[in-house]
Amino acid sequence: MYQLLKQVVKTGLVSEAPPAPDEALRALAQRLDEVVLKHFGRALAIRHVDAGSCNGCELEIHATNSPYYNLERLGIKFVASPRHADLLLVTGPVSRNMEEALRRTYEATPEPKLVVAIGDCGCTGGIFGESYASCGRVANVIPVDVAVPGCPPTPVAIMQGILTAVAAKAQG
Amino acid sequence: MPAPELLVEAERIPGAAPAFRAVIEPSRLREVCEQARAKNARLVALWGSDETPRGGGFALHIAFALPRGLAWLTVPLAREHPRYHGIADLFPAANRMQRAAYDLLGIHADENPDHRKWLRHGAWPGGVFPLRKDFDAASRFPRTADGYPFVKVDGEGVHEIPVGPVHAGTIEPGHFRFSIVGEKILRLEQRLGYKHKGIEKRFEAMTLDEGARLAGRVSGDSTVAFAWAYAMAAEGATGTEPPPRAAALRGCFLELERIANHLGDLGYLGNDVALSFGFFQFWRLKEDLLRLNGELFGHRYLMDAVTPGGVGCDLSLGGAARILTALDRIEPEVRRLRAIYDEHAGVQDRFMTTGEVAPELAARMGLTGLAGRASGIRHDLRVDHPVAPYDALEVRIAAQDGGDVAARAAVRFDELFESARLLRLLLARLPEGPVRVPVKEPSPGRLGVGWVEGWRGEVLVALDTAERGRIHRLHPHDPSWQNWPLLERAVLDNIVPDFPLINKSFNLSYSGQDL
Repeated sequence: MYQLLKQVVKTGLVSEAPPAPDEALRALAQRLDEVVLKHFGRALAIRHVDAGSCNGCELEIHATNSPYYNLERLGIKFVASPRHADLLLVTGPVSRNMEEALRRTYEATPEPKLVVAIGDCGCTGGIFGESYASCGRVANVIPVDVAVPGCPPTPVAIMQGILTAVAAKAQG
Repeated sequence: MPAPELLVEAERIPGAAPAFRAVIEPSRLREVCEQARAKNARLVALWGSDETPRGGGFALHIAFALPRGLAWLTVPLAREHPRYHGIADLFPAANRMQRAAYDLLGIHADENPDHRKWLRHGAWPGGVFPLRKDFDAASRFPRTADGYPFVKVDGEGVHEIPVGPVHAGTIEPGHFRFSIVGEKILRLEQRLGYKHKGIEKRFEAMTLDEGARLAGRVSGDSTVAFAWAYAMAAEGATGTEPPPRAAALRGCFLELERIANHLGDLGYLGNDVALSFGFFQFWRLKEDLLRLNGELFGHRYLMDAVTPGGVGCDLSLGGAARILTALDRIEPEVRRLRAIYDEHAGVQDRFMTTGEVAPELAARMGLTGLAGRASGIRHDLRVDHPVAPYDALEVRIAAQDGGDVAARAAVRFDELFESARLLRLLLARLPEGPVRVPVKEPSPGRLGVGWVEGWRGEVLVALDTAERGRIHRLHPHDPSWQNWPLLERAVLDNIVPDFPLINKSFNLSYSGQDL
């Protein structure tokens, strides 16, 4: 226990300042009123859905919970059920074998809800494109509010996408 | 030349990997596979191909690992009703591969009791086979009902827990069907294929050059291993020799990938036994390494760093020094964290005897890679068949016999330190010279094999070229194919709450298996 505590003290705080929202990432016009966004901005529950990615984007989503980025300190946390979620973080391309599961997850998420598509494949279908097995981009299956490009996008870009989705127009 | 240890005529496939090709008649398939079993061959992969544009029928391909190298057996099959005698009784891991080969190509394994579909869900109907050459990749079919007969466990107090495809954490999608009594797991049945996105069909629309990017995205956490295996296959098929500096840098990339993944897994293993301290500590170290990758090579996970003909980025002297400094910092921290894990009663209580795969079972079922080495299967391509740069490094294998979560954690720790040692050697004697040579356009019908020990296990890329520099057939094979069935066995008699821990200790790829 002494070694563990020593390591904690020695490591100290490594969390860095979060990024500012980037309106360029917004895919849909703002669908939510400011009151709702104000509440989302304080505590946001995210359900991640991997709809067919190569698992590269998942690595960076994991990293947003690492101590450098520490997403949870912003009141943003990942939850185990879409029924508890305010926002779906979806990686793709959406495989046809995941199409129905993604749609059902979307339907199970209570209104009002936000969707952030992560990665080049989530934004456009990427290198996998559309085919007998792939529906392509996430927006081909469910409405997307914010799309974050990158292969994979960095943790900062992912955080920026999430913050953009919840940033009230009248943030100040 | 006789294939290594097999009584069939075979030819050496050009390239860095020690691979041999033998074409055998279907009537001899069983006999050859029985010999392979008797000689303790490991099944590396099984796949099919459509040879009708070349005037043939279909073909079954099997890759075995033997002490002298990789034997790639090709069995020509009929154009109408292609079928062969299945081999899952000899090599249990073949079961899902045979079913996938049927779903994609309609080649049927006789005498195999399990004929359920595997990769096909509801996206295309039965009787339609996407990897056939006359199948248009853009075809769309109305969704059909996706029935799948899970094996039902009956008995007093037995009930089922269905989990997935969408999981509770940030995990790839797949379905797990638990049959439990109380908290004890009586049976686990997996259903995978949710991420099937037509990767193999996609390759066939690409040139050898274009395919490199796709290979690096078969399984994102093993991008270096797949890109290297792809490059090795492409270089073999085109007679290209990557320069020595490129070989050394590939070794550096692969070991950096191994360290990064092991750091991440060791953190999650702590997290899964409620020691979030472990998660934060290991993920801090992992992030340090990823940032360094990004700064030195332009990509945190080294995607597209390995390309056919060499590597896509060079390393300056200053860059090499920065990697050494990072290793000097990370390594003592990991030693300290290992001591904390080892001495933590709660961690050890959860790790020890949890999710056991005994060495005998591992050998019989064909467990491979990291998980195999934790169950006494002492194989590592960097040791067994070292290609440049490993041929000059004398890699030390990490192995355990316990077969439990603790053993899989221990192998990760040992491999992490070995990777650091290898990186130091590689960086100390980095050859001068170019990092890339041009790749010639391949003539049609050339074979290439890439066989690389990724962090999870042996990654295989088997290539057959077409006209105009295109790909006739390419099978990228992740070792998760062999290891998923063992996870079903590892959880038996464990309690449900230990499943996430056991699963994480294997950390298998969904995307790499679903293709």
